[in-house]
Amino acid sequence: MKKPTYHIKSYCHIRENTVSLNGVELFVGNGPNFPVFIKSVYKKFKVDYPKFFKMDNLSKLAFMAAEVLLTKENLGSGVDNNIALVFANRASSLDTDRKHGASIEDDNSYYPSPAVFVYTLPNICLGEISIKHKLFSENSFFIFDGFNAEHLFHYSSSLLDLNKAEEVLCGWVDLDENNYEAFLYLVSKDVGTKYSVKAINSLY
Amino acid sequence: MGDLKEELKGKIIEQLNLEDITVAEIADDDPLFGDGLGLDSIDALELIVMLDKDYGIRLSDPKEGRKIFESVEIMAKYIEEHRTK
Repeated sequence: MKKPTYHIKSYCHIRENTVSLNGVELFVGNGPNFPVFIKSVYKKFKVDYPKFFKMDNLSKLAFMAAEVLLTKENLGSGVDNNIALVFANRASSLDTDRKHGASIEDDNSYYPSPAVFVYTLPNICLGEISIKHKLFSENSFFIFDGFNAEHLFHYSSSLLDLNKAEEVLCGWVDLDENNYEAFLYLVSKDVGTKYSVKAINSLY
Repeated sequence: MGDLKEELKGKIIEQLNLEDITVAEIADDDPLFGDGLGLDSIDALELIVMLDKDYGIRLSDPKEGRKIFESVEIMAKYIEEHRTK
């Protein structure tokens, strides 16, 4: 039987103060401060989701990249969307791990914050996206030294081959203090850029 | 106790990251959970830490928080009666 062909339907970048969708610049923020920048992105895209402000910075980055990309897909709000999530990064949840570490380093002032602690795993951002978009599907988060298109390609193709998902939202979401980069793309059987390692690297 | 209630409202907004809510918008008897401010279980844990850190009140049973955190009014009364700092 002929192996099905998959396509990249759309892709989104958030990096260097800029948000773009399918290569088209949608928003440019001011200044190097990530919390200020991502809040301006939230306002710009008129997202109404108060839980956003309780997220850690990695989740805010992943959440907004998914928001920009999936809003265009007009997902049904009352249905289960069978979109798997396959993300990776380099810094894991180090940014939040440091905040948690700072709150417990002084024995005389030992007050770890539960709201910080719950984000000391990188895959929590997948949960935030799944809750918002009602995704009850497979999800995985990998840590690599650098962007690994080959792994993303093989893992997501496998999910589609095995009918574990109808579409896969893949990409790289990395953040450490004010250094951040998100590149997400949606793979499906629909039309778009033919899915390959070369195509992923080219769009990245 | 009025000052303490205003102080608590400010701390709740700041520490629980309640965006776009001001001290003036929180009534003393507003429910903090459910239909009120819509706080969740992590917020409840955060409030328990705040009681310990800022007022020296250590809750041995987290379930105690259910009654204490019903509203700012009830929280302030409890803090006044039990604070050690």
